[in-house]
Amino acid sequence: MIINHPLLGPRDSAEFTYLGDAKLIDRPDATSENAAQEFYEYAYLRDNPAGWHEELWFHEAGDRSWLVVTRNTLTHEISKVELARDVARSRGRSK
Amino acid sequence: MSQINRLSGGQVNADQPLKFKFDGKSFTGQQGDTLASALLANGVRLMGRSFKYHRPRGVLTAGSEEPNALVELRDDARQEPNTRATTVELFDGLTAKSQNRLGPLQFDLLAINDRFSNFLTAGFYYKTFMWPAAFWEKIYEPIIRHAAGLGSLSLQEDPDVYDKGFLHCDLLIIGAGPAGLAAALTAGRSGAQVILADEDFRMGGRLNCETFALGDQSGADWADSVIAELASLPNVRVMPRTTIIGAFDHGIYGAVERISDHKLVPDAGKPRQILWRIYTKRTVLAAGAIERPIAFENNDRPGIMLASAIRTYANRFAVAADQRVAIFTNNDDGHRTAQDLYAKGVKISAVVDVRPDAPRSMDYEVLSGEVIDTKGRLGLTFAEVRLADGSLRTLECGALGVSGGWNPNVHMTCHQRGRPTWNDALAAFVPGGTLPQGMTVAGAANGDMTTTGALKTGAAAARAALKDLGLTAKTIKLPQAEDTPVAIKPFWYVAGCSRAWLDQQNDVTVKDVKLSHQEGFRSVEHLKRYTTLGMATDQGKTSNMGGLAIMAELAGKTIPDVGTTIFRPPYTPTSIGVLAGRHRGQEFHPKRLTPSHKWATEQGAVFVEVGNWLRAQWFPRAGETTWRESVDREVLATRKSVGVCDVTTLGKVDVQGTDAAAFLNKIYCNAFAKLDVGKTRYGLMLREDGIAKDDGTAARLAEDHFVVTTTTANALPVYRHMEFVRQCLLPDMDVQLISTTEAWAQYAIAGPNSRALLQKIVDPDTDISNAVFPFMACANITVCGGLRARLFRISFSGELAYEIAVPTAYGDAMIRKIMEVGAEFDVTAYGTEALGVMRIEKGHAAGNELNGTTTAQNLGMGRMVSKTKDSIGSKLSEREGLNAAGDLRQVGIRPVNPADPVPAGAHLMNADGPVDAAHDQGYVTSACFSPNLGHAIALGFLKDGDTRLGEVMRLVSPLNGFATTVEIVSAHFIDPEGERLRA
Amino acid sequence: MHNLKSITALGGTESRIDAFTHITIAENDGVALASVAARLGKEKKCHTILKKLLGAVPEAGRAQLHDPEAGFWMGPDQWMIGAPRATHELLADDLKGRFGDTASVTEQTGAWVCFDITGPAMPDFCERLCAVPIRQMVAGDARRTVIHHLGCFVIRRETDDHIRILGARASTQTLHHALIITAKAMA
Repeated sequence: MIINHPLLGPRDSAEFTYLGDAKLIDRPDATSENAAQEFYEYAYLRDNPAGWHEELWFHEAGDRSWLVVTRNTLTHEISKVELARDVARSRGRSK
Repeated sequence: MSQINRLSGGQVNADQPLKFKFDGKSFTGQQGDTLASALLANGVRLMGRSFKYHRPRGVLTAGSEEPNALVELRDDARQEPNTRATTVELFDGLTAKSQNRLGPLQFDLLAINDRFSNFLTAGFYYKTFMWPAAFWEKIYEPIIRHAAGLGSLSLQEDPDVYDKGFLHCDLLIIGAGPAGLAAALTAGRSGAQVILADEDFRMGGRLNCETFALGDQSGADWADSVIAELASLPNVRVMPRTTIIGAFDHGIYGAVERISDHKLVPDAGKPRQILWRIYTKRTVLAAGAIERPIAFENNDRPGIMLASAIRTYANRFAVAADQRVAIFTNNDDGHRTAQDLYAKGVKISAVVDVRPDAPRSMDYEVLSGEVIDTKGRLGLTFAEVRLADGSLRTLECGALGVSGGWNPNVHMTCHQRGRPTWNDALAAFVPGGTLPQGMTVAGAANGDMTTTGALKTGAAAARAALKDLGLTAKTIKLPQAEDTPVAIKPFWYVAGCSRAWLDQQNDVTVKDVKLSHQEGFRSVEHLKRYTTLGMATDQGKTSNMGGLAIMAELAGKTIPDVGTTIFRPPYTPTSIGVLAGRHRGQEFHPKRLTPSHKWATEQGAVFVEVGNWLRAQWFPRAGETTWRESVDREVLATRKSVGVCDVTTLGKVDVQGTDAAAFLNKIYCNAFAKLDVGKTRYGLMLREDGIAKDDGTAARLAEDHFVVTTTTANALPVYRHMEFVRQCLLPDMDVQLISTTEAWAQYAIAGPNSRALLQKIVDPDTDISNAVFPFMACANITVCGGLRARLFRISFSGELAYEIAVPTAYGDAMIRKIMEVGAEFDVTAYGTEALGVMRIEKGHAAGNELNGTTTAQNLGMGRMVSKTKDSIGSKLSEREGLNAAGDLRQVGIRPVNPADPVPAGAHLMNADGPVDAAHDQGYVTSACFSPNLGHAIALGFLKDGDTRLGEVMRLVSPLNGFATTVEIVSAHFIDPEGERLRA
Repeated sequence: MHNLKSITALGGTESRIDAFTHITIAENDGVALASVAARLGKEKKCHTILKKLLGAVPEAGRAQLHDPEAGFWMGPDQWMIGAPRATHELLADDLKGRFGDTASVTEQTGAWVCFDITGPAMPDFCERLCAVPIRQMVAGDARRTVIHHLGCFVIRRETDDHIRILGARASTQTLHHALIITAKAMA
């Protein structure tokens, strides 16, 4: 596959390491009342869609950026590639 | 034997004779021949025996779709089984053997199978070898293994090398026939980056095989002139002998270029083949079409070939398949073969056409009818024909050309699960569904069967691709060419036939397809697997359609309703050698060498692979006969005085930024925020599910600067994880990461004399006394008169110990300096074995304990998990199930009888009671002989282990019948109070 | 001055040169390296210093081929700076002095081996080694890639037939082996 890196352009997916569902960005708040349940869901429950999926890929043999790749698991079509850091910020993560 | 069937002309060179051997017999061919054409030229029709029935077989085709003429090429280590004689480019000195025979080819003893054909039908294996079950392993399987398969392996290492490479282009053109050449000329003259690949050693495709003119040139001459022009263009890469083996995602193609296959041995240093990974923006598939046979009784005799193959042998290779040729066809194209051969003076016995309105000829007889049977034990002698009026006629012929029409070569269009669609006019499937991204199909591959159609669609496909890429395409002038549509009447098999072959490589007949239908296999995928139709190395390029048509008829469906099976990469069989490339033997994976490697080699160290690293395992000395002697000496010497070990392989990550401490607080379960500058702390990293991930130390070199170490094996995954936390979880933290594993050569110096030794290295302005530089201190210092270095007072061995790091280029000088100044203390180099012994003696957990199933609690570090902060894994490590009574705890284990071993992997059982999995109490993770204690010791996990010290238990290994008695003790065998490391 | 002698990544006292008909592979032991990563919120100041140092801030995928310090982009807000070792043995300290608290600086000299590949067969050579689109790259293009399973940087230098390859120092022998067999296959 070719992943169109937002900074470096098209790169062979062989340069990347795959992690999985980009929901891993949404790590729960440990101080929340429901934290135990939320962490359980975060660590164990994932969708495995036949179709569009937001995934985390690490540009290991490249610039070491984590990317959020929107990919169709049936056709391997890739519709969007973003820097995970930008996505994390847009989802309200900070420090 | 002279070349009795050699004609004149063609694209072979009579002035360049080539000598070769087949089954030990010498022959002569010509430059430009394939092995198949050279054998036919010499009157050899019999080339092998079939897979199941051992029937005599010859060549069916003239291309890579060949199912039959498979030979063992070359000798000894270079012997290559199942090589298609139709694609082997003849070279001087070539040797080949026929396959799948017991005894000589003419008198194959296993031909007896043909007599038992009634038993060897579809599903034979499933039905026959069921019972008695005990027979399978001892009797059936060995017999089947012996009889199965075609060629044999040399069982020697391949002496040749294979390379890999990477190419990038705007337009990849697959196939250099008329469509491909027109596309390449268009794109090449327009300035695009073009790759033109063709599996053949002579480009031109069917232009080399036909007598059509292109403008005022022959097809072959026109192809030659175009290829010459393309080769002269800097933006075009012309790649003959290159098979595109697969279309992968997003414009990535695999290609195998055969660099040296046409030579006796490769030139010095040159690879045999290269596996190219081609990245292309657009692709034109111009792979042509493949003729399909018609099934009739005994249609597999040597001499029965595709009509187009007979034409190819005559026109391109100047070979008559035989002196007397008959044709059996359902379409106009079959007649072309008769015309071309007649023009070359070959006798045409007759053309048998299934159509009542078949075109007539002035030159030879055309019969309306069907071939119903053939004769000839080792090669065709007669064909039996039933004429339209029902009368019979026997034709004398040594070759029979069969044409059932042409199938567009849709193989590559299916690689992304594209499903071909049916075209009634052609009675064939054409590319359909979703094609691989960026691919268009041109020429016969897309169903445009005339030369003019191929030229026009090829050029148009290139223009469209270029336009798509924003490039300006030039229009090229195409030559005048043949443009006659071919009339066809769909006709798949002769009524009443039974032993009529569809798949000649897997020996599947019309009868097998009928049987499978009768037994209830209705899906085309089931038919394929039950009969093995199309499952041979040719993927049924010539056979699938026949099977589908019969199945459709039996099921009362249309062919498109039955559907097709799917073609998959590789397009043609690909050697494992070229897939491995240079990565074999010692070069299978890269080696990482430590900074002291050169020195350690000089010392005669024994090395061990740790990941990709080669680490010194121990340093044998003269007189030592076992590894234990060396390891025991290294351990004792270190604990007595001082030892040195290269620990560069531990992963090191530089963590900087104003939020560096807060970041470490997040990735380690224990607290780091308040660690003083100049201090080091042990850190335990958890996974989010609460299981221990890795451990190491973090040294605070400045307020905003830490150096984190990881275990050797986890260096990369831990770095990746840290980047995940930094970028995905804490994007606004001011923290920067970079690996520095290899930037520093790092040595552990351990033992009571380590400080005294170091004082001879460290520059005088650095005070490393216990008061100023206590346990867990760290600092940037200088050594040996000014070289920058880092010093950490940390200990894996439990002794007074330091780790000193210098820039890698000085690592070699540093180890030599340490050994030189340490001579007065009898400094001893130790390897990973002694390192392991000392850490077990000290009770330090390592990879065996952090094994992906253990928590901080299991490791006895439960209290380290800070409750006052959120860190990765902290929440889920609070789960009930990970904190239950009866949980495993790390313990030490010693044998009750000091002479007994304590093997790793053995399980702990109560002193009394059953020994089974239900009563399992724990297991041993690490074990060694402790030279300090004089007996075996071990670390392990035991249920409630922290409360069971002193308990005597049984240690068992039921797999090998081992059992002994052990005592549970503290994991800290040596210096439990930690006095030594603080000394 | 300290009394320790450094060795080259290939283990010699001098850089090694392997010359073939159309390609020369030269170990380059004379490069000091340090990484510079902008601190969060201090990117502009960091860029200013970088520009002063190199003449320009290298963009993604680019190197600034400059004397005596040169640099290339490694990742977002992160660069590798190189300079002659003979004059810049303490490059990291020097850079830390320049960048102050605007950037994190890490010494990288010992982490890498540097090979200079020159000769008319360089593009063919490169195609056998790694997936960089060498024929589309221009002077100053810098890419991280994989050679023989090893992560490497490939930098296209000013002269047409010259690339510089940076590879992990511990794997120098493997990388060198890959370069040599490829050169032999080219000859």
